[in-house]
Amino acid sequence: MATSYQQDDSLDSAAEFTDNVESRETLGKVFEVIFLLGLLIGLFILVLLLFDIFRDGLGRFLTPGFLTETPSRFPDQGGIRPAIISSVLLGTVVILVTVPIGVGAALYLEEYAPKAWWTAIIEINISNLAGVPSIVYGLLGLGVFNYLLGFGPALISGALTLSLLSLPVIIVTAREAIRAVPDSLRNASYGLGVTKWRTISSHVLPYAIPGILTGVIISVSRAIGDAASLIVVGAVGFLTFDPGLFQRFMALPIQIYSYITRPEPGFADAAAATIIALLLLILVLNGVAIYIRQRFSIR
Amino acid sequence: MQNINSQEDPYLLSRQSLDKNPSEDISEKIVAVILFACALVSVLTTFGIVVIIFQETFGFFQEVSFAQFFLDTKWTPLFADRHFGVWPLINGTFLTTAIAMAVAIPLGLSSAIYLSEYAQPKVAAVLRPAVELLAGIPTVVYGYFALLFVTPLLRHIIPLEIFNALSAGLMMGVMITPTVGSISLDAIKAVPRSLREGSYALGITKLETIFKVVLPAALSGIIASIILGISRAVGETMTVLIAAGLQPKLTVNFAESIETMTAYMAQISGGDSPRGSLNFKTLYAVGAVLFVITLALNIVSYWVANRFKEKYD
Repeated sequence: MATSYQQDDSLDSAAEFTDNVESRETLGKVFEVIFLLGLLIGLFILVLLLFDIFRDGLGRFLTPGFLTETPSRFPDQGGIRPAIISSVLLGTVVILVTVPIGVGAALYLEEYAPKAWWTAIIEINISNLAGVPSIVYGLLGLGVFNYLLGFGPALISGALTLSLLSLPVIIVTAREAIRAVPDSLRNASYGLGVTKWRTISSHVLPYAIPGILTGVIISVSRAIGDAASLIVVGAVGFLTFDPGLFQRFMALPIQIYSYITRPEPGFADAAAATIIALLLLILVLNGVAIYIRQRFSIR
Repeated sequence: MQNINSQEDPYLLSRQSLDKNPSEDISEKIVAVILFACALVSVLTTFGIVVIIFQETFGFFQEVSFAQFFLDTKWTPLFADRHFGVWPLINGTFLTTAIAMAVAIPLGLSSAIYLSEYAQPKVAAVLRPAVELLAGIPTVVYGYFALLFVTPLLRHIIPLEIFNALSAGLMMGVMITPTVGSISLDAIKAVPRSLREGSYALGITKLETIFKVVLPAALSGIIASIILGISRAVGETMTVLIAAGLQPKLTVNFAESIETMTAYMAQISGGDSPRGSLNFKTLYAVGAVLFVITLALNIVSYWVANRFKEKYD
């Protein structure tokens, strides 16, 4: 190549060079399509999954009483009311427990924590907890809430287990929201002689609330979709009464799992119908999150 | 962190001396202590996990030897002929994980590359959250889809058992794609523009720039995302419990039914094994192995991500 370049006149070498670029650019176009396909495959499967579930479950979902009756031994009868009530109760407890603790921890780490080895340990610890599998949290819940505190396989045990599971995510998102509050806001408040906590509670927190709430809702909708930890803690697959805090409990994902594992054919459709209910619940929660972010963000 | 508020600040001290309300100082201190207590909950959680898992695991190893657990090749704790070799469960876990990563790595990376290098910002703003929806679908739903849609479909092409590692692994891969994708995307976006422009200036095409400049520069973030994806796959429960079966086997045949560590744990729990029984303790022994593996993967991922982070700043 190098020698031929010396001998050729400029036009020829330019032509040769252009040819090469063209084939390389063509390869580039081919790969652009491959990358796009890689992206679209995931979305295609998502659409396929939703289509399959609605095809299998919509009829059953629209059966009168499906949302309002207790389960039946027959796949085409009864409903999922105890599972819905369980999931709503679980979600409520998770919010009540994780919001104060999670926001408190985030405020401590962002506003109070000195730069020291032990605050670094807390931070690394939180990021590690976010990667602990759900079922391991189940073991923790079983040991602490079922046995140590004596709640047994009750809804409160499951709810507290899900709370611990959600906490790291809430702390991380709340920290990001708090970090995004401009320092000028704090400094203006301090400049007027306002104390630290009053500055935080009256200026930093209101400003950070949209971000915090979005994080809370996202992690609560994850908790509502979680089943592995609840299986270990002792959620049941069949419940004919509405659960209370200290009673045996279900959850929508547990109901789905229970329906899938039954051999009679009709239960698969009942599982799909329950999935529709679960997805709608999560969709509503995420809708609320988006609404809050739009409505209350003062930027 | 806020210098202006530190105790040594002379202006703040003078303000405090003017302050006629000493109770405010006390309540400020109480608030700080309460917030610190909130932060401690996470440390207590870790402490609780470690203490409870290893306490029961210790009890397990008083009845079953290390050799029985780590050298035997059969896992039959529920049968009359009891064996406690954990390898079939680890085998099942890594078989499904390998299948999942064979899906998640190419899909995740191509999503990240497309969104970062090719897509218009407006298109990317729509497609990124759309891909991330995959991670928000409850895993029990992927189990349903794997067992009742993917397996019947694949059985037209290849002979599969009803419960098999392949369908579960494939769906787990789809579920993990956003984990690999979004962390890789952040890493790729963090590669400075100047590197790309330097490459273009030398007459290098976009594709060559991506493979020879951008991806190597983002490599630590990409590796971290892959390790984190592996950790997610190892810990995933519902998909494998529903679609991969409960047959602990030492096999690499993805068409067969296998059992993962998490699926065994879900199978054994649920009230059938009374506390203190050996069956109950196997739950924790397997949980300890799972915890150690995922913890190691998370630490490596965290380390890799941070180790090379500042390189191009």
